Amino acid sequence: MSLTQQQLTHLQQLETESIHIIREAAAEFDNPVMLYSIGKDSGVMAHLAMKAFAPGKPPFPFLHVDTTWKFSDMITFRDQYAKDNGIDLLVHINEEGKASGVNPFDDGSNHYTGVMKTQGLKQALDKYGFDCAFGGARRDEERSRAKERIFSFRDKHHQWDPKNQRPELWSTYNTRTRQGESVRVFPLSNWTELDVWLYVLRENIPIVPLYLSAVRPVVERNGTLIMVDDERMRLLPGEVPMMKSIRFRTLGCYPLSGAVESTADTVPAVVREMLMTTFSERQGRLIDFDEDGSMERKKREGYF
Amino acid sequence: MGTDADLIKSDIRAYLDKYEQKELLRFVAVGSVDDGKSTLIGRLLHDTGMVYEDQLAAVKKASNLEGEEDEIDFSLLTDGLRAEREQGITIDVAYRYFATDKRKFIIADTPGHIQYTRNMVTGASTANVGLILIDARLGVLQQSRRHATIASLLGIPHLAVCVNKMDLTDFDQDGFNAIRDEFAEFAKDLSFKDVTFFPISALKGDNIVSNSPKTPWHDGPNILEYLENVPVAADYNLEDFRFPVQTTLRPNLNYRGFAGQISSGTIKVGDPIMTLPSGKTSTVEAIDLLGVPVQEAFCPQSVTIRLADEIDTSRGDMFVKPENTPNVQRITEAHLVWMSETALDTEKSYLLKHTTQTMRAEVEHIDWKLDMDTLEHVPAATLDLNDIGYVRISCTRALYTDPYAKNRATGAFILIDSATNNTVAAGMVGGQSSLLELEDLLKEARAGSALPPRTQVSTRERYDRLGQRGATVWLTGLPGSGRWALAYALERRLFDEGRTATVIVPTGEDLDGVLSAARAATDAGLIAICAFPSPSKADRDLVREKVGAERMFQVFVNTDPALCLERRPNAEHEGFEAPEDAAVEVSLDAGRLLAAVGEVLKGLSDAGQFDRPSH
Repeated sequence: MSLTQQQLTHLQQLETESIHIIREAAAEFDNPVMLYSIGKDSGVMAHLAMKAFAPGKPPFPFLHVDTTWKFSDMITFRDQYAKDNGIDLLVHINEEGKASGVNPFDDGSNHYTGVMKTQGLKQALDKYGFDCAFGGARRDEERSRAKERIFSFRDKHHQWDPKNQRPELWSTYNTRTRQGESVRVFPLSNWTELDVWLYVLRENIPIVPLYLSAVRPVVERNGTLIMVDDERMRLLPGEVPMMKSIRFRTLGCYPLSGAVESTADTVPAVVREMLMTTFSERQGRLIDFDEDGSMERKKREGYF
Repeated sequence: MGTDADLIKSDIRAYLDKYEQKELLRFVAVGSVDDGKSTLIGRLLHDTGMVYEDQLAAVKKASNLEGEEDEIDFSLLTDGLRAEREQGITIDVAYRYFATDKRKFIIADTPGHIQYTRNMVTGASTANVGLILIDARLGVLQQSRRHATIASLLGIPHLAVCVNKMDLTDFDQDGFNAIRDEFAEFAKDLSFKDVTFFPISALKGDNIVSNSPKTPWHDGPNILEYLENVPVAADYNLEDFRFPVQTTLRPNLNYRGFAGQISSGTIKVGDPIMTLPSGKTSTVEAIDLLGVPVQEAFCPQSVTIRLADEIDTSRGDMFVKPENTPNVQRITEAHLVWMSETALDTEKSYLLKHTTQTMRAEVEHIDWKLDMDTLEHVPAATLDLNDIGYVRISCTRALYTDPYAKNRATGAFILIDSATNNTVAAGMVGGQSSLLELEDLLKEARAGSALPPRTQVSTRERYDRLGQRGATVWLTGLPGSGRWALAYALERRLFDEGRTATVIVPTGEDLDGVLSAARAATDAGLIAICAFPSPSKADRDLVREKVGAERMFQVFVNTDPALCLERRPNAEHEGFEAPEDAAVEVSLDAGRLLAAVGEVLKGLSDAGQFDRPSH
């Protein structure tokens, strides 16, 4: 990785490509925005954006679509991160959805996330007239992502047409849109989950503490550990929160995010657990996590 | 995976340090489904620990097997894709990731079907290595030659020829050698740095991740060993410094940096640079690598360069070294791979995006296209989906290019159809590096458009917008024959049918004025209906000359002369020369107006007015 060898490691290569992508989009679109979900991938993407325009700030705002059911730690982290980095952070809440009382307990998770996340995102994009939205999705997350372009076109209804994607060659990106159309740009397309963790470690990127193990109040439902994050958590008859050492692999709305029991309280320890599982156990739940879990997360994050 | 797995358990930080140092290698696997490409990829993913047990269990179940791994149909691992394709999701390149102890890999998985060339070109554009599969029983097919030709054209440096299904030929060494020799003979005219041959069985796992005992005569590496060791660092062009400016960073009055990714070459603080197109020179005062000052930088790093002098430079410009300049040209020769269902239209202008600049461009001439069966160069009037041709392109500004064979970053461009915003072609600059004197080079850099001053909208594009070709419908007949009544009735009927037509109303008395208007309307793709008197053959010949014979649709309004005289007794009826070459002849005797309109409409339709022009 030294300059004299004039050769980049894979992580440096991913970094330089992502920076090129972010600068290219910032230069070619009129009104870009960076979607910020507070998760580790968002953290890496935001970090790359800061580096891309150093010593200045990214020439675009960040947008968090707040479902109002995020872990309170996430909101605290979000506000602190924006403040520390001088980020222009927009927060959008689907007020109609909120007023209608949609929530993760009474409504199916699909309906709830559809209203608060996907609809909320569309509202925000329309409200501000963004023609480009950066997203932190990776191609290794699940299959339909594997063939999505880095610059992924959306029609004026924010729809992705997987059957009609623009060819994408070299690093020559087609950014052309008409009024009302937009492009989702995924700078982390070629990163894997391990790459993201490694970069978090190498660059000292702050992450929400929930990614690391700590003793927290949880209840167990259908084999899943759900954290009791605030007084809105509805306990079933007979359910008593217990204190367990847990962490989260993905972060979303707290009643929908399952925790894992773990003592990994540092990033290397988390990576070690992740890799050990991958290499030796490979149980069904990991697959669920990798395929369906991230698909659900993708929906939650409203990337389509 | 032994060593890495141990390290993860014993010392995770040491493992992460090691993981970080891994090189990245991108490869594209080429071959049709029957060649065993899916099986090979599935095998590689499985044998490098990328397949989860329940996935494997599902595959075993689908293979109707209970255990033995050497009988598993590994193609089923990527068959998820095929199922998706049936649902219409996968008609495209998918990217897959795996890592070994030595390298991290990105596979561009390109399904083999009708859109193959387009997909393969997309996957190949960034690949360091191409894997081509050849069926050991079938030998070198034309398809193998085609794949190799495309891989070579896309500048893939290293080719791995996998002679697959060796198990079905009993690992016959002579057969393998024959294929190797035949392919090597063919490939020596291509531009690969190296071509390596592997006798494999993707199904049985021979020579994939370990050397097979069944091929003791093969002393070369197995495929994974090859992928882990093929030298890719040397594939970067570190000779010719090219830096397309992406954006200018000016966070405060004391900082003015030019951000971009180094396309090729190296740069260090103190180096002299020249910016194109202005030709102004300065020296590099500082290089910032993502916020950290460095003394030197190299391709493909994304950096910010600060100059000693204030030079007026912005996105689309390129920094080079004064003693090493690219080709600067407004007219370039290039290979084009056509990627759109809509064929190349040499009459229209496209948008050309090259590095960080986008401009208008026209394909002036198609020198040849590749006959995909014979691989010979054949003449062509256009390029259709998946065609590869060699063309000459004129641009509104100068491109700063190197031949693609020498520089994949500055030799590549895309064409975009500005009417649909689709990417329609991939371009690779051909020819040689030119040796222009600096003065001539700068003259070219600052010269005006090389596009001829003519319409950049083609007849086909207009057709696609309007659904009609455009014509001048010229009504000829005696005074009182009903030309004007017919003209307006025809306009109404065309409009009602969704067509776009207009009646040309003269503002003066002369035919020239009407012809100018008719021609403009016809050029625009409208149906221009003219009822202006043209009693003589000479008048109509003039119309034909000015509007174009193929666009003039002459209607003889042959109403009973007695009726005409009765309707317009005071007009000049003498000397009328009836047309002998009218496309349609109608009569406007009493009560025939609607019938006449129908006849003209049918005539227009029969003449192909509503059919898409072929060029």
